[in-house]
Amino acid sequence: MAIKKFEIPELLKDKPSHGACQGCGHGICWRIIYEVVEELGYKNKHVIFHDLACGSHGLFATHGHAFSGAHGRAIPTATGYKRIRPDMLVFSYAGDGATYNIGMQHTVHTAARNENITAIVVNNTNFGMTGGQMSATSLIGQKTTSSPAGRDSKENGNPIDIVNLYHGMDIAYLARGAVDSVPNINKTKNYIRKAFQKQMAGEGFSLVEILAPCPTNWNLTPAAALDRMENEIFKIYTLGEFIERSAK
Amino acid sequence: MAEKAIMKGNEALAEAALRAGCRFFSGYPITPQTEVLEYLSWRMSEVGGELIQTEDELTGLHMLIGASLAGSRVLSTSAGPGFALFHEGISYICGCEIPAVLVDVQRVGGACGGISASQGDYEEVTHGGGNGDSQYVVLTPASVQEEVDMMKEAYEIAEKYRNPVVILTDAIIGQMMEGITLPDFADIDIDKFDYTYKELKDGEDGIQRGGYPGQGFPAYAAHMGAKYKAMKEAEQRWENIEVSDADVVCVAYGISSRVCKEAVRKARAKGIKLGLIRLITAWPFPEKAFAEINPDCKGLLAVEMSIKGQMVPDIKLATKCNMPVYGYFSLDVVPDADVVVETAEKIIAGTCEEV
Amino acid sequence: MLKEIICAGFGGQGIITTGILISYCAFETGSQFTWYPSYGAEMRGGTANCTIKISDEEIASPLAKDIDILIAMNGPAIDKFESSLRPGGYLFVNSSLITDRVYRNDVNVIEVDTAALAEEANNPKGANIAMIGALIKKTGIMTFEGCSDAIEKYFTEHGKAKFNEANQAALKIGYNKF
Repeated sequence: MAIKKFEIPELLKDKPSHGACQGCGHGICWRIIYEVVEELGYKNKHVIFHDLACGSHGLFATHGHAFSGAHGRAIPTATGYKRIRPDMLVFSYAGDGATYNIGMQHTVHTAARNENITAIVVNNTNFGMTGGQMSATSLIGQKTTSSPAGRDSKENGNPIDIVNLYHGMDIAYLARGAVDSVPNINKTKNYIRKAFQKQMAGEGFSLVEILAPCPTNWNLTPAAALDRMENEIFKIYTLGEFIERSAK
Repeated sequence: MAEKAIMKGNEALAEAALRAGCRFFSGYPITPQTEVLEYLSWRMSEVGGELIQTEDELTGLHMLIGASLAGSRVLSTSAGPGFALFHEGISYICGCEIPAVLVDVQRVGGACGGISASQGDYEEVTHGGGNGDSQYVVLTPASVQEEVDMMKEAYEIAEKYRNPVVILTDAIIGQMMEGITLPDFADIDIDKFDYTYKELKDGEDGIQRGGYPGQGFPAYAAHMGAKYKAMKEAEQRWENIEVSDADVVCVAYGISSRVCKEAVRKARAKGIKLGLIRLITAWPFPEKAFAEINPDCKGLLAVEMSIKGQMVPDIKLATKCNMPVYGYFSLDVVPDADVVVETAEKIIAGTCEEV
Repeated sequence: MLKEIICAGFGGQGIITTGILISYCAFETGSQFTWYPSYGAEMRGGTANCTIKISDEEIASPLAKDIDILIAMNGPAIDKFESSLRPGGYLFVNSSLITDRVYRNDVNVIEVDTAALAEEANNPKGANIAMIGALIKKTGIMTFEGCSDAIEKYFTEHGKAKFNEANQAALKIGYNKF
């Protein structure tokens, strides 16, 4: 059996450190995204639209086109770009706060319009950059700096699951992966590949949610953060492919 | 080919945007601006452009950022309540240094207000509402033809400075029809600028930037400060009518300036020396226009459809407070030329109260 | 000379189009004009109206102050605007709908049976154009030839050249009746 050589994608080589915390999931996300970009041949033909917050540390970690717009607005900014240059591979990269809190109207209407872009959503169940506040996806009972006694559905409302929200939506693709283990990382990479392929085939909107650890704001060690994902988060946010429309 | 037509202000500016090369519009319906969206919803596809009716006004501006980064000339339009939502995007467009043209078709009132005409968005538009030091040129058309002519100019200014330009108009000019001459279609190359995101050549690095300065804040402050100063110096536009011998000079823009023009004719016919400074830019405020006024002028008369006289502070600054300023503020009613003349007579007689 | 015209009636009576046609006639015959509609919530129910100003000189406000000519296609239009007509002005009444009314005696009242004229022209949609014919004849604000050419051009440009003959007939019948 051939042993695969460990290679960093060209797009990430010789760039400054991305500045994520120890045990953060973002670095793995960028790695697999840019592997797919290169494998599909879009090294010179792609744009990533970052949100603000933790994810945008990746802005200067790539050699490719990257833009960071306003908090919660990466999806509409990517939409505007793609409409003018449909031959480019265009994707947004944002967190759960951006996508399901402040930018929820875009998350709903972009899917309703079936815009031909890909949204990558890194869900770590909190607002990381601002110090670990409750987000739309924080679990019931999860202690955050704005739900110190743990999220209570009566006080704080219930978590939002994009799979339920998009039920019945006529979009190209919806999947949820995770970056806690090698098998899950490989699956997630395949979801991203499929989403990009569908976009470039003109099938419409794709959203890939990636569950990622946030040891800093979960107050856990990196290893314990991975345990939490398996024991708590995957039970609420199930992994897999949920919407897949075949090419017309 | 240039052609004559009769069109509503809103439709004329939409058509003029296409002829100026705009190929991306994103916007939301709001009276009295809605005809722009409606017109472009069929017309944009005829010229091969893209239109998105957005989930809200705020979204539209962020789409513009993407489309402008792609190299397109872009447009979004609204009225005061929607323009309030524009400010997040405007701050980004300024901060990211990309061109865009925006339009505010003013309607009456704060809050929801009403749908009738007004000029109550002067402060909202010219003095900004976005975070940080955002600033942009504001053009103020007074006729349907000017709505057409200013569209091309707006794109040129926007691209010259890599900054948004706002056309501040009102319900009357937006809704009325006049005879116009439309310009030819411009040819726009979306690959023209080096700051737009296009396909890379092998070995070429992409562009990585965002809504904060990559070069650090001190360098950014110096750069933006110099840019705003250059805009203020170079982009003042105005029309002076009979100001050099005037005893009273009206200051007005848009629909109010048309009425003031009539008032100047009526006053002069009665032997009253009335003049007019018509703003063509509200920002930069045309301070230079005031240098041409008769130094013995008895007062300036701000005429606008607002409650508090939103131009007044700018007028006082432009004249360094060395001339009395009076006001005729008519909120939701188009000013009356006869009232302008009567007010001028009172100013000359010394029986009018300053603002 | 500035002329202020208001055209008012029910929504669906072609009020806006009538105003646009009058404006177009002014435009094509070399006059300055402004046309201003009632819009937004005002459009729903009740009276639709638009204001046309025609002049040889630059026009300031497009809104009417002293109405020279009122074209009233229904009763509510008279209720709303008759009192704003200047003395000596013209009140064109659509007598197909409005009967048995008493009008101000200091204005010129012209009763136009637009439905009958349209029928005579064999143009069921020609009521408004017949009204324009009556308008230009009684007020002399524009020439018949100028308007005839303008209306033909307008419908041709709007892809409705097939109605040109019927529209010209309606204009002529309206014009000749007065």
